[in-house]
Amino acid sequence: MSYHVNEKGFYGKFGGAYVPEMLYPNVEELRQHYLRIMQEPGFQAELQVLLKDYVGRPSPLYFAPRLSAKYNTKVYLKREDLNHTGAHKINNTIGQVLLAKRLGKKRIIAETGAGQHGVATATVCALMGLECIVYMGEVDIERQAPNVARMKMLGAQVVPATSGSKTLKDATNEAIRDWINNPEDTYYIIGSVVGPHPYPDMVARFQAVISEEIRAQLLEKEGTELPNYVVACVGGGSNAAGAFYHYLDEPTVQLIAVEAAGKGVDSGESAATSILGKDGIIHGSRTLLMQTADGQVTEPYSISAGLDYPGVGPLHAHLFESKRARFMNATDDEALQAVLELTRLEGIIPALESAHALAVLERLQAAPDDIVVINLSGRGDKDLSTYLKHFHFDEQ
Amino acid sequence: MNNRLKTLFAAKQKGLLSVYFTAGFPALNDTEEIILELERNGVDLIEVGMPFSDPLADGPTIQASSAVALKNGMTITKLFEQLQHIRQKTQVPLVLMGYLNPVMQYGMERFGRKASEIGIDGVILPDLPLHQYVEEYKELFERYNLSKIFLITPQTPEQRIREIDSQSNGFIYMVSSASTTGKTVGLGEQSQAYFRRVANMQLQNPGVIGFGIHDKESFASACNHASGAIIGSAFVKALQQEGSLQKNIQSFIQSIRN
Repeated sequence: MSYHVNEKGFYGKFGGAYVPEMLYPNVEELRQHYLRIMQEPGFQAELQVLLKDYVGRPSPLYFAPRLSAKYNTKVYLKREDLNHTGAHKINNTIGQVLLAKRLGKKRIIAETGAGQHGVATATVCALMGLECIVYMGEVDIERQAPNVARMKMLGAQVVPATSGSKTLKDATNEAIRDWINNPEDTYYIIGSVVGPHPYPDMVARFQAVISEEIRAQLLEKEGTELPNYVVACVGGGSNAAGAFYHYLDEPTVQLIAVEAAGKGVDSGESAATSILGKDGIIHGSRTLLMQTADGQVTEPYSISAGLDYPGVGPLHAHLFESKRARFMNATDDEALQAVLELTRLEGIIPALESAHALAVLERLQAAPDDIVVINLSGRGDKDLSTYLKHFHFDEQ
Repeated sequence: MNNRLKTLFAAKQKGLLSVYFTAGFPALNDTEEIILELERNGVDLIEVGMPFSDPLADGPTIQASSAVALKNGMTITKLFEQLQHIRQKTQVPLVLMGYLNPVMQYGMERFGRKASEIGIDGVILPDLPLHQYVEEYKELFERYNLSKIFLITPQTPEQRIREIDSQSNGFIYMVSSASTTGKTVGLGEQSQAYFRRVANMQLQNPGVIGFGIHDKESFASACNHASGAIIGSAFVKALQQEGSLQKNIQSFIQSIRN
């Protein structure tokens, strides 16, 4: 079984490029050139220098002693939270902005949920001197205020998406509409492994640096490149795609994708797409999608803006259907509990998204000698107001 | 082959007026009345929009009409019920337009069969890509005698226009400029040059220009370069005016044609 995209842009039956003709030339231009550009020595040289000196890679693989003791297994955290801008998102935006420049584009657009991708895009646009417009759901603008401020500080224009649930899905719709209206000079930096082919593959390749580093770091620390488990949260699924990438063809490594259950999978307020979704088309890609029987996209819910998405990348839909990855989920409350636990046991405040991955540690029932790598995709600064409110620190 | 689109384009090569509306808007059961009233006012071709929650190619007007239609309870099943006996009342060519996902959930085979039974003439699914159509669905559309109508834009390369022309039948939907629906910036020199370029290609299918056609002037201008033009958002807006559907439709069509 192949877990990589085929030449037509599909992972099994998922993927493809279901875009209106208005987007065809742009998507086709990208499809024809992305692999060639990404493999150019000049491109790689520029990318590697930026990843090292600007992003701060490699990010550490940290053995978490107190977390390990608590769950009686060996827990490693891949510290993507220590990247410049505070999450894994910049691995992708650096790559795509270099690509956009080589395609001669002058104007960059992006969608964002939690604001991490928006900040990472605004950052690389400042670095490259490019105009930057970020679409963000009105609800998310409110719940991720620090990231909105950062984007503005970086010179980006933040445009509220006011349709639908006013979250990530709607921000993506608006970004796509912008691209339709500006087909010549604009490049759309998609933030996750979603959208029409070649985006899911391209973003996965830019994020694959995560698992490439894990292999080398684990070899050094444990004498093996292969952990027993790799655990990552999944909204669209870019950090999971990066953490899984170099393990896809290693059957002994269990891949654990953790979705946001919101208030519970059966509560009607959830974003657990693998359970609640079925085969459909969203944002140009055939994938698992939360929808009504009539094919209308339903509104997902999660406390975490970055996981609040009714679909999942086509790679993940394929990993789910082929059972290559095990899909688990964590509720809002379980994620919040995991935030506090990591903070108090290891002195690391994680992002709400990443906390969903931490929250399944107990249910994993790993053996004492097992190696569990958790991708700590982002830091929790942006979520502090939620944490203060939830844990009542603001009243003390 | 009894396809009303073919008959229409054979009989009339100039000044065709096509109108789009969102089924289920303004009220759930307005579908039949809108179709009959459009025909009575001399509209040549009607595009019945199947509302979708996430209409990527549409601007604010059709986003809003789609949201209202869905709230009113419109579904493909409901629409087919409403259109069940439409061919006893009118022979105006009818084209269904919508996004792929709701049709996929309804089932493409079932959709084609039902549309054909009712007497639908063509289908526009902007997010069903050409090669996917050719590989998976072309046989089905031909079997049910449904024209599959594709969009082209000013950015579509000549070779692809030729490919689209060879794979489709009915007409070619020429998107006037790079935009979502409902922009009213007018048809500038760039659009005019593109219309002329396509006209000079001598395609086998007639061309009909849509997107941004909103008044008498833009309609007339588009008609200079193609068999006709499509009005969508401007008509949907007209349906929201005070007064009866009948009056609103009549005065809107008159404002375009007279």
